[in-house]
Amino acid sequence: MLGRVADQLYWMARYSERAENMARILDVADRMTLTPQSAETRDSAWFSALEVAGAQEGYAEKHGEIDGDKVLHFMALDDANPASIFSSIRAARENARALRGAITTEMFEAINSTWLELRAIDDEVLKPSGRRAFFEWVKERAHLFRGVAEGTMLRDEAMKFMSVGLDIERADSTARLLDSKYHILLPSVAEVGGALDYYQWGALLRSLSAFRAYHKIYRDRITPIRVAELIILHAEMPRSMRSCYDRLMDTLEDLCGDSAPECERLAGRLQSMLKFRRIDEIFRGGLHEFLTDFIEGNAAVGGQIARDFMMVR
Amino acid sequence: MPERVIFDEMRIGDGGIREAYTAIAQWLDALPDGQLALKSEEAELLFRRLGITFLVYGREGGNERLIPFDVIPRVFTQAEWHKLAAGSVQRVRALNMFLHDLYHGAEIVKAGKIPADLVFNNAFYLTHMHGLDVPGGVYTHIAGIDLVRVSESEFYVLEDNLRSPSGVSYMLENRAIMMRLFPDLFARTRVAPVDHYPDELLRNLRAVAPGGMHEPTVALLTPGSYNSAYFEHAYLAEAMGIELVEPPDLFVKDGKVFMRTTEGPQRVDVIYRRIDDDFIDPLAFRADSMLGVPGLLSVYRSGGVTIANAMGTGVADDKSVYPYVPEIVRFYLGEEPILNNVPTYMLRDADDLKYTLEHLPELVVKEVHGSGGYGMLVGPASTKEEIEAYRGRILKDPAGFIAQPTLSLSTCPTHVENGIAPRHVDLRPYVLSGADVTVVPGGLTRVALTKGSLVVNSSQGGGTKDTWVLQE
Repeated sequence: MLGRVADQLYWMARYSERAENMARILDVADRMTLTPQSAETRDSAWFSALEVAGAQEGYAEKHGEIDGDKVLHFMALDDANPASIFSSIRAARENARALRGAITTEMFEAINSTWLELRAIDDEVLKPSGRRAFFEWVKERAHLFRGVAEGTMLRDEAMKFMSVGLDIERADSTARLLDSKYHILLPSVAEVGGALDYYQWGALLRSLSAFRAYHKIYRDRITPIRVAELIILHAEMPRSMRSCYDRLMDTLEDLCGDSAPECERLAGRLQSMLKFRRIDEIFRGGLHEFLTDFIEGNAAVGGQIARDFMMVR
Repeated sequence: MPERVIFDEMRIGDGGIREAYTAIAQWLDALPDGQLALKSEEAELLFRRLGITFLVYGREGGNERLIPFDVIPRVFTQAEWHKLAAGSVQRVRALNMFLHDLYHGAEIVKAGKIPADLVFNNAFYLTHMHGLDVPGGVYTHIAGIDLVRVSESEFYVLEDNLRSPSGVSYMLENRAIMMRLFPDLFARTRVAPVDHYPDELLRNLRAVAPGGMHEPTVALLTPGSYNSAYFEHAYLAEAMGIELVEPPDLFVKDGKVFMRTTEGPQRVDVIYRRIDDDFIDPLAFRADSMLGVPGLLSVYRSGGVTIANAMGTGVADDKSVYPYVPEIVRFYLGEEPILNNVPTYMLRDADDLKYTLEHLPELVVKEVHGSGGYGMLVGPASTKEEIEAYRGRILKDPAGFIAQPTLSLSTCPTHVENGIAPRHVDLRPYVLSGADVTVVPGGLTRVALTKGSLVVNSSQGGGTKDTWVLQE
């Protein structure tokens, strides 16, 4: 397969995943505003949506103070914001259009229909009564795209480069989301401070589709340390950093065969961190430090994959 | 030239129906009111969802356009097609021999059949090709012959497209969409299939690999996803199961061409390029170009790779060479041309210029190097002011123009706003050369959707139709 094509497949999957993650984050921020709480807590939910995407500055330049409706519009439909859902879907679809020869017609149709519908959407959908349906729609379209890929793509390199892109993006997003909340995790590692904190935890879990999973696994109250454990280390949780890296390593091993390129070594190092460290160790060393290291390491893996496969000299 | 009676391909003057359209006429009669409008909307939706679009130059995102699709097919009988196909094949065979000759002994020039300066001073004559032997002597592996019909039996060739003719994906997609929309119509007519075009194309491309190698690697070279015909490039690459490469995906090393793949460099033997001569190799042509594969031309010249279509074919489809094609057919094949050439006035010639300037309101005037229907004057459809403005352009550079009588293009029934009405059409069949010279039974029918208009180009409001060849 052409290196350029591998690169485009990788980014198509990343952008598609990114759009879904942003819908999840905005959904949760929006739900938080429905529960009684301080303005400060509310704003922090919206702020973390900006922070996860690295879009704080762009937002501040355009809109100044945090305002729920403005953040929502900026991160969902603003076509000038490269981190918005709109821009991510556009980028995924642009890659898909360039990849028409490498993906199935059904896949192109799926992402193209998403794009055409998105373009026809106006700001009305972000009104309080319509938001939830919009977030659901974004998630459903992402599920559909993955499902169509799963059901129609040959199990060859193309599929694997998409899978690599998805896992790198998802691991990054999960780590950033957790990192953006670490300050509320700090004061009380063992205890939930009260009803407000409970919402914060619940919201975090919900944005990762992990609320039910938490209760199923721990059968107990929500505690910050368990939330972090579930999200970082739990292999069975499909959006956890650990499960992303388990899948990523499997895919890389398939792709690399007997050659052992640098990306496999870098990824293996991160995987073993997630596999063999305990959550109390991580907290002792500092959760923020751990997550920052991971985010950097993950970006390095992505960069190395590009060097090993996509930039053939 | 026949007098200007417009030939209706479906209806005979007295209300009768021509043989080719019997089934279509019955079908149209039986269609419930509003059905065509409904199906047209459905077709548009399908084209949009499948992303069968062309890009308006230089922009991204919102500038993808659909070419309007007309749901009433254009039909030929087997006998009509036989003549068209034989005529197109004959022309392409002769033009291939002409190209070979031009880049070798130029016997046709020595024989005085075509002026030397027309060929050798032509901007599209490539000295790089001089003395180069291309595999099988094939220059124009894919040719699109633009034809119009003016009567029951008279077809004229408007232009031979020998560089990088596009549109064949519409031939294929139009058929696929028609079969999806009107399966019943296909169930009761015998329409020759066109789906095997990509297979035929690949077979011909493989046949011209360097040194007759087995299992050659073929790749399609596109300028990239912002090219207006990118959809077609991707479509054909996928249908042939070959890599779709952009110039930066290729590099030259040790006299060979390689693609950059995830498993390292992989050799490429045949390049089906959809990129102009000028942009193929920045070392040889345009140093300012970001496009192109440095060194590709030198590999080509040493026989390390086949490029299809060959470089330098533009000299044979130039509008100034066009008037000589009938002579070219006679010279190389010793046959009479099956298809007519439109009588052409060469404005580099003083007599022709004089005649043309006196008859502008009746003539069609075209730029010698123009294409796409741009920059032409359709006399009968132009205002006095337009004609006078054009006269000024001609006088500045007469050699840059040719003139032809206005042909009365045939019409086909077409779905328009208020029902069904005749509209002017042309036809582009695609002739493949390599293993042999063949035409898939069908082509691209373009239709001028505006009443009375003779300009069928998609860039100027033209649409397309599915083209049927009936089997016996």
